Amino acid sequence: MARNISFTIKYWKQNGPQDQGHFDTHEMKNIPDDTSFLEMLDILNEELIEAGDEPFVFDHDCREGICGMCSLYINGTPHGKTERGATTCQLYMRRFNDGDVITVEPWRSAGFPVIKDCMVDRTAFDKIIQAGGYTTIRTGQAQDANAILIPKDNADEAMDCATCIGCGACVAACKNGSAMLFVSSKVSQLALLPQGRPEAAKRAKAMVAKMDEVGFGNCTNTRACEAVCPKNEKIANIARLNREFIKAKFAD
Amino acid sequence: MEDVVIVDGHARGIIAKNLVTGKLERFTANAVVIATGGYGNTYFLSTNAMGCNCTAAVQCYRKGAYMANPSYVQIHPTCIPVHGDKQSKLTLMSESLRNDGRIWVPKKLEDAKALQAGTKKGSDIPEEDRDYYLERRYPAFGNLVPRDVASRAAKERCDKGFGVNNTGLAVFLDFSESINRLGLDTILQRYGNLFDMYEEITDVNPGEVANEINGVKYYNPMMIFPAIHYTMGGIWVDYELMTTIPGLFSIGECNFSDHGANRLGASALMQGLADGYFVLPYTIQNYLADQALWGKVPTDRPEFDEAEKAVNAEIDRLMGIHGKRSVDSIHKELGHIMWEYVGMGRTKEGLEEGLKQLKALREEFNTNLFIPGKKEGLNIELDKAIHLRDFILMGELVAYDALHREESCGGHFREEHQTEEGEAKRDDEHFFYVGCWEYQGDDNKTPELIKEPLEYEAIKVQTRNYKN
Repeated sequence: MARNISFTIKYWKQNGPQDQGHFDTHEMKNIPDDTSFLEMLDILNEELIEAGDEPFVFDHDCREGICGMCSLYINGTPHGKTERGATTCQLYMRRFNDGDVITVEPWRSAGFPVIKDCMVDRTAFDKIIQAGGYTTIRTGQAQDANAILIPKDNADEAMDCATCIGCGACVAACKNGSAMLFVSSKVSQLALLPQGRPEAAKRAKAMVAKMDEVGFGNCTNTRACEAVCPKNEKIANIARLNREFIKAKFAD
Repeated sequence: MEDVVIVDGHARGIIAKNLVTGKLERFTANAVVIATGGYGNTYFLSTNAMGCNCTAAVQCYRKGAYMANPSYVQIHPTCIPVHGDKQSKLTLMSESLRNDGRIWVPKKLEDAKALQAGTKKGSDIPEEDRDYYLERRYPAFGNLVPRDVASRAAKERCDKGFGVNNTGLAVFLDFSESINRLGLDTILQRYGNLFDMYEEITDVNPGEVANEINGVKYYNPMMIFPAIHYTMGGIWVDYELMTTIPGLFSIGECNFSDHGANRLGASALMQGLADGYFVLPYTIQNYLADQALWGKVPTDRPEFDEAEKAVNAEIDRLMGIHGKRSVDSIHKELGHIMWEYVGMGRTKEGLEEGLKQLKALREEFNTNLFIPGKKEGLNIELDKAIHLRDFILMGELVAYDALHREESCGGHFREEHQTEEGEAKRDDEHFFYVGCWEYQGDDNKTPELIKEPLEYEAIKVQTRNYKN
C-alpha cells in the first residue's frame, strides 16, 4: 500500500543558454510514494499551469529506462542514483521521505548547453556517433543468420556495452566533463563483434577527435561516471577504447 | 511535422515546427515518406513513449489519405497494472516472461477479496487454490496464447471479481514453478533485467521466496494487466507502400499493412525492417522513375505559403483559446472515454456513447484549453496541444470504425459478437474488407467509409483455435 509524502521541491529555471538561471521552490503535498519521479513533476506542472504559470521543462520520453532522454541531477547525483542503477524515470518517490527538500538541476557541462530549465541539448553525442559509431551493412537483402558465428561471451559483453543509452549522466558526474564512458561503450559494442571490424582502424580515432572538438574533457580515472551510470557501464570500456585508439594510431 | 504540402496532386514537401525555436520550417522533396508510428497514446495510458503521437498521420488523413482499419488496436496482456490517477504511462513487462511464467487468479472469490483488501498475498495461496485460467481454457497453447486472447481472458476473470490488486484489475504472473524446476540462476539469466525493472517500479522482487506451503516454495508473483500497446490500423497504402496521395508513402506502424487485424509478437520490428529495408527501397523507385523529369520544387511556391499560413493560423487559434484546462487534464479524460467505451470489450451502445462524449470533449478542447507562454521559442504545452487535437480526431475514427464493424475480429472485440465460450466471432460474409475512412473537410463531419475487399488466392481463411 502506498503512503503519501509531502516535501519541498527546488527546481532549476533557466530561459535559454544565455540566461543566468535560478531555483524556484514548490511545496508538494500528499504525493503517493508509488508515483514515479517524473509523474511527480507532472503533478508539479499541473499545479503550475493551474496557477497560470509556465511549466517546468525537462526531457523525457519512453519512461521505462530505455530511451536515454530523461536527464535530471537530483540531490547532487545524476538520475538520483539508486543502488541497482536506474534512469530518472525509473526512480520512485518511495525513495524519499516526508519533509525532504529535493533539488533538481540540469546536466551541467560545456558540451550540453541548456535549452530551457532542465532540458539540455545533447546533439554533441549524436555528432560523436556520426563520427564513427556505425558499421557498414549491405541493405536490401537479409544475410544468413548463421553466416557469422559469435561466441556467447562476446555477444553478452557487447550487449552489456550496447545497453548504454547515451543519457549523458557520465558527463554530468565527471569533474572534467568527460564523455569517455559513453564513447568507450559505443566503441566497445562494435569492437567486440566481427561486424565492427571494417571501420575499427578509424572508429576510435574519429570518435575521440569529435569528442574533443565538441567540448568534452578527458578522463582522469575518478570513476564518478561508473558510479552513476544507470546502465552500469564499466570503465574497463575506457581501457578498451584506449587500446583501440593506440592500435589505430599504429596503423597510420 | 505539422503538414504535408501537395503540389499538382503530388506530395512534394512538409511544414515542420522547430520545437526549440518554435519557428515553422519548409522542406521540399521528390516524395514524402512518413514513418511516424501509431496512435496508441490516444488512450493516454499506453506502453508507448510519451512523445509518440499521430499528428503527422492525421494531417495526411486531413489532406486526403485514407485511414484504414483504425479499430484494430492491440491490447498487450503483460503490463504493470494502473496504480493511480497520477500515472503517466504503463510499463510493459516483456512477453518473453510468458515462456516461464504462469498466469493465474484465485479459484475462490474469498481469496480474491482478501487479495484486494490487502489481507492476503499471492504467495499465501497454495497451488490447489490457483486457477491457471489460460491453461484451463486453452490447453493446447496455455500461457502462450496470442495477446488479444490473453488480454480478454484476464478481463473476463477481473470482471467476474477475481482481480488480485486493490483496484481488482490485475492478475498474477508467477515464476514459482519454473524457478523450482530450473533454479533461480537460470531464470535470472533469462529475465534478470525484467525482474529488476519490476522491483524498481513496484517494490516487489519476483525472484524472492515469499512463502513455503507443504514443502513447496512460492515466490512473489508479478501483477500484470492488459494495456494499449500497438495499433494495427493506420494510413492506407498499396503494395508499394504509397498512400492514396501520389508521392506520399507511409511505412512502419503508421500504415495499416502487414498485421491485418492482429499483430503477433516481434512483428512490429519485422515491419520496421521489412518496410524500410526490403520493400520501400525498391518500390519507391517506381514512383521516382516517373518523376525524373520534374525539377526540384522550390519552397517559395504558393502551396508552401498556404500550408504554412494555415499551420500558423491553427497555432494562433490554440494559443488564443485562453480557457482553464491543461492539455494533460483533457488528454486524461480522452483516455478514460477511449478505455471505457472503445477499449477491450466494445458494444454498440458504448461506442455511441463514446462518440457523443468525444464530440463534447472536442468542444471542451476548442473552448476551454489553456496553453501558458508564447508560441515563439520552446513551448511544450503548445506541442502537446497540437498532438491532443489529433488524438481526439483519431479516437473518433477508432470509434466510428469499431461501431460499423459488427463482428469481432483480431484486436477488435464486440461483445455482441462472441461464441458461447466467449471467443471472438467473425462475420466474413459481411465484413470481409478493409474499412477505409475518408476525411470530409472538417473535423466535426462524420468521415465516409470506403471498402477494399479482401481477396486471398493462396491460402484458405480460417478461424483461430487455441484449444486443441
